[in-house]
Amino acid sequence: MTSTHYLVLSAALFMIGVFGVVTRRNIVIIFMSIELMLNAVNINLIAFSLQWGNSLGQVFTIFVIAVAAAEAAVGLGIILALYRNKETINIDEMNVMKW
Amino acid sequence: MADVITFYTLAALILIFGLLVVTTRNTVHSVLFLVADFLAVAMLYASMNSLFVAAIQVLVYAGGIVVLYLFVVMLVNLKRPPEEVRDPARQTGLGGVLAGVVLAELALIAVANALDPPATDAASSTAGLTEQVGLALYTDYLIPFEVASVLLLVAMVGAIVLARREL
Repeated sequence: MTSTHYLVLSAALFMIGVFGVVTRRNIVIIFMSIELMLNAVNINLIAFSLQWGNSLGQVFTIFVIAVAAAEAAVGLGIILALYRNKETINIDEMNVMKW
Repeated sequence: MADVITFYTLAALILIFGLLVVTTRNTVHSVLFLVADFLAVAMLYASMNSLFVAAIQVLVYAGGIVVLYLFVVMLVNLKRPPEEVRDPARQTGLGGVLAGVVLAELALIAVANALDPPATDAASSTAGLTEQVGLALYTDYLIPFEVASVLLLVAMVGAIVLARREL
């Protein structure tokens, strides 16, 4: 398989994630779409790591996974705090910081 | 031939499960499709000879992050799904046009890349081995590695503070 195949797969998965972020209003599903986009980025990094015979892409994939774990923990904590105060998971109703 | 079949099967699984994640109405089903998607991506990593990243994908994503999502879905009750509320100001047509433009751009890049493929290094088979990854991680990238551990500590403290009852 050439790296073009992996790049096209990665682009398609990223677009599915973008589609989820812009069409859904459930904030938990928007978070899951962001995880899909991070996975697409990881596929990209590994494809280039394979193409150039360099482990650097794998190292960066591990960093991306660490950042994704941190993002999920903090983001879901924010969702819980918001739900406790506003009783909603609809992003259209989460406008307390909108000026 | 075998790797072609593996790639297309896994690619189809990844894209179908990804679409199901973003289109399913039931949030719990969406999380379960997310697990399947992560496992398919892990299999793709394994087929790309990147066994360490495949193991990390299963442990961290399918094992850790998804459990976190399930707990949050359980804690916020979904009596009134957000998708039932219609927003008249939403510009669906404009969004579709923009998505088409991005798709055309990506297709153009892919076609240009396929017509003029970059040179491939012959020694690519050892790049994904755990030994190589560990060597790079603990020598050249030791400081980013430590910074990542500090980031995880900060995220842990932040999540505990945010999820406390009296915020």
